[in-house]
Amino acid sequence: MLITIPNIPDADGFYAELLDLHESHTKEESDALNARLVLLLANHIGDRKVLSEAITAAKLKK
Amino acid sequence: MTKIFETPLYPYNRSPDQDVSRVRHPVVVIGAGPVGLAAAIDLAQQDVPVVVLDDNDKVSFGSRAICFAKRPLEILDRLGCGDPMVDKGVTWNTGKVFFGKRETYKFDLQADAGHKRPAFINLQQYYLEEYLVNRVRELEAEGKPIEIRGRNKVSAIARHDDQVTLEIDTPEGPYNLEAEWLIACDGANSPTRRMLGFDFVGRIFEDNFLIADVVMEADFPSERWFWFDPPFNKGQSALLHKQPDGVWRIDLQLGWDIDIEREKRPENVIPRLRAMLGEDARFDLEWVSIYTFQCRRMENFRHGRVLFAGDSAHQVSPFGARGANSGLQDTDNLIWKLKLVLDGKAPDTLLDTYDTERVYGAEENILNSSRSTDFITPKSDISRIFRDAVLDLAERHEFARPLVNSGRLSVPCVYDGSSLNTPDETTLPEDTRPGAPALDAPLADFWLLDALGNHFQLLAIGTDAPDFLDVDGIRVETLRVAPGESPTFDDRYLGEKSSAIYLMRPDQHVAARWVEYDEAAVRNAVLRATAQA
Repeated sequence: MLITIPNIPDADGFYAELLDLHESHTKEESDALNARLVLLLANHIGDRKVLSEAITAAKLKK
Repeated sequence: MTKIFETPLYPYNRSPDQDVSRVRHPVVVIGAGPVGLAAAIDLAQQDVPVVVLDDNDKVSFGSRAICFAKRPLEILDRLGCGDPMVDKGVTWNTGKVFFGKRETYKFDLQADAGHKRPAFINLQQYYLEEYLVNRVRELEAEGKPIEIRGRNKVSAIARHDDQVTLEIDTPEGPYNLEAEWLIACDGANSPTRRMLGFDFVGRIFEDNFLIADVVMEADFPSERWFWFDPPFNKGQSALLHKQPDGVWRIDLQLGWDIDIEREKRPENVIPRLRAMLGEDARFDLEWVSIYTFQCRRMENFRHGRVLFAGDSAHQVSPFGARGANSGLQDTDNLIWKLKLVLDGKAPDTLLDTYDTERVYGAEENILNSSRSTDFITPKSDISRIFRDAVLDLAERHEFARPLVNSGRLSVPCVYDGSSLNTPDETTLPEDTRPGAPALDAPLADFWLLDALGNHFQLLAIGTDAPDFLDVDGIRVETLRVAPGESPTFDDRYLGEKSSAIYLMRPDQHVAARWVEYDEAAVRNAVLRATAQA
């Protein structure tokens, strides 16, 4: 099951690190960074069902 | 030197049928390409008279299909053509992927050991056709009822409840024929399909590929090299693959908005190849073509007494080698069914399962082929971003490599869910479940697949079954294998169990299996596998 309750320790720190990653990059570079990040995280999760749930949740539809 | 594809292999000869009106044949095949010839050989080997009509008299021009997978090679073994294919073909199992200027990674396709045939060979299609024609000649010499009629162009077809009638043009004028069954193997632009007005819908990919076969002395190894966005073909893809006789297949993506006639001219092709192969490379162009492709299929492959097989029924992108390979699996599936129907041993509804099983196979191929194409040719900015992300990560991290898709190479279709399968209640190995093609294995002094096929068989392992059974006229023979004879065989057919009975179809697919012999169960399974229960 996709975890949709708070699960990241130091949430503010993580968010800042994510923004730092994109600091001083062009839109094109940022898009590539995001894509690589999605793929790395998806592989780490590895659970096909959870990935589908995340894809659905990302659509922001009920 | 005259190339094989320039020599008439089945020149026009007047047939006695041209001097009488409407001779009826049990089976007529249209098209003497790999699929039509395979169908005809399969029929003739089982003594079903067959006439093959082709509007040409030569094997196909240029290399065309070059990559033949293990399962089609096994089918060609059953048709008596496997040895020349494998002897002549280039065996390969290493692939390299390049992105931009860098080699991203290298992979090994080496299938698990213990199969008579390799995972793949590369061989020009004209050699396959030549070997098939040789096999036809061999069968003719043995007195088998098979005939190829060159320069016999079908100009009209009419379907009836009990037959199909054909009008045929020849250099000496037209004649008519009747066929109880017609197999249309006349390619992606199938005139048969057009004349009968059947649809052929699917997805068109807006892209052009330059395909060039060059003869060169080169040190490239027998590997498949695939480039995404190489410096010599910016923003596009490229493929290099070795064939016998020093012939190399080169595939260059050109994009959609090009002048095809201009791009095909040697003065435009040669600089592109030089950029890829190096300024010093010495090569001759054997064949150049530009193609676009579609992924599509007919809604149904059976229309009464007309059966479509190969590219006439379905078309895929070339990435994945799923064209000729799947066509051979079509006829493998069709011919034993047609034989039982012609012999009155099965109802003609058995042929509806040709449709369901091979439509299932075609869907699998179209799915894989469309996914490869979407990876190779990203259709949007975001799909290119993800594609490039996968390739960049693949160089450093193993996890991303399975996502790289330069063609998912043809693997045999497992007919899961087919109505011909008897539901499996065993815990025998997954890979040999009902619907799967038999997995080859070395036995004491022969290969398993060399002992299977052409009729129903029981594979009795560590338990006994009668030598043969007669199920309403269908003969079932038993092949016994002792556990311990071959560890590979035991792994594939027994797993943790100590005994098993497999019912094999004439196309070497598993129809049913049990851990112990039970005659009633076997009889039911044979009836089920022939659409009688």
